[in-house]
Amino acid sequence: MTQFFQKLGNTTLSSFAKLGRSSFFLLQTLSAISSVLIRPRLLNNQLYSVGVLSFLIITISGLFVGMVLGLQGFYILSDFGAEETLGVMVAASLVRELGPVVSALLFAGRAGSALTAEIGLMKATEQLSGMEMMAIDPIKRIIAPRFLAGLLAMPLLAALFSSIGVLGGHIVGVGMLGVDEGAYWSQMQSTLDFQDDIINGVIKSIVFGFVISWIALFEGYDAIPTSEGVSRATTRTVVNSAFTILGLDFILTALMFGDI
Amino acid sequence: MQNTKTQDTLVGLFVACGIAALFFMAMQISNLSAFSSNTTYTISANFENSGGLKVKSPVTLAGVRVGRVSNIFIDRDSYESVVEMSIESQYNNLPDDTSASIYTAGLLGEQYISLEPGGSEEFLATNSKIDLTQSAIVLEEVIGQFLFKDAAEE
Repeated sequence: MTQFFQKLGNTTLSSFAKLGRSSFFLLQTLSAISSVLIRPRLLNNQLYSVGVLSFLIITISGLFVGMVLGLQGFYILSDFGAEETLGVMVAASLVRELGPVVSALLFAGRAGSALTAEIGLMKATEQLSGMEMMAIDPIKRIIAPRFLAGLLAMPLLAALFSSIGVLGGHIVGVGMLGVDEGAYWSQMQSTLDFQDDIINGVIKSIVFGFVISWIALFEGYDAIPTSEGVSRATTRTVVNSAFTILGLDFILTALMFGDI
Repeated sequence: MQNTKTQDTLVGLFVACGIAALFFMAMQISNLSAFSSNTTYTISANFENSGGLKVKSPVTLAGVRVGRVSNIFIDRDSYESVVEMSIESQYNNLPDDTSASIYTAGLLGEQYISLEPGGSEEFLATNSKIDLTQSAIVLEEVIGQFLFKDAAEE
């Protein structure tokens, strides 16, 4: 019995300690961002590895998600004779939910895990300590550029995902199933609102980019510096990011679109 | 490590693609392009029943959208529904005997306000009121009338 309480106390305390460490880490990172702006080259390298290398997976997934939405939407909507609203369905579901969420999940898997593994290995091979020995702040030099790159790349990737998805729905709906092209676009434009739909979708993706970068970098920075520790940290990044994205998505949707 | 120039180009292309996608969403997917001129003026109309009309429902003139419904509330004295509409200021030559009717787009579509210009020389100004209105057609009422008419004839 005593053991149980001891274990419970230990878990509580260590999770609070981790929360504290991660908040402190975030504050340090945010205050170091200004030093990145003086050295855009660091940011450029990270935008390449986080953004450009995720480009292909995001666009291809976006295309197929849009095509599937077009296909499924068409079969259901044609039962009601409402194929003309296919554009609305595809665009609304992509811009509001699927674009930010699916691209964030892909981003966490593609870029977040890579960030954790990279930072974790730097720690395991004592590169971070080496930098500190040379009076170079690893937060400024290593962490902050990656954080900023994730924050910038995520909204761009989500926008690409949604746009390509809408085009994918167009290919299937208009090109293959014969929905009227004018109706596809005009119904979409008359239903979707710039502020309510597009801006809220972009805000979502910025929030997701922030959270993924934070989780990925902190897990790497906080990893136990062994090969097993790094592998666990990488797993935790993907799992925790996925949970956080989906949970936050519900909260953000409720705040933005719902009357809860 | 790749050549710095190639990497710069790729990053530049990526950012350009992303911004292009944002523009595409703003202009092609949403209604931003349809409402470039945002200066509007407000007119109102009383309806006995505004049906399924909602804020942001379209207001059309001869089938062309000229504005949106901006507010709907109940007039405390007459128990009528007061619908305020924002009309784009380029359409500031609506005669003051213009009438407003609530129609439904298609059988199950959204409801919208259709304006029919009259012949007056005076124009509607900001905050003026449309007097001639026709309420929304409630499908149940129409069906009810139809049924009762049949029953009365028998």
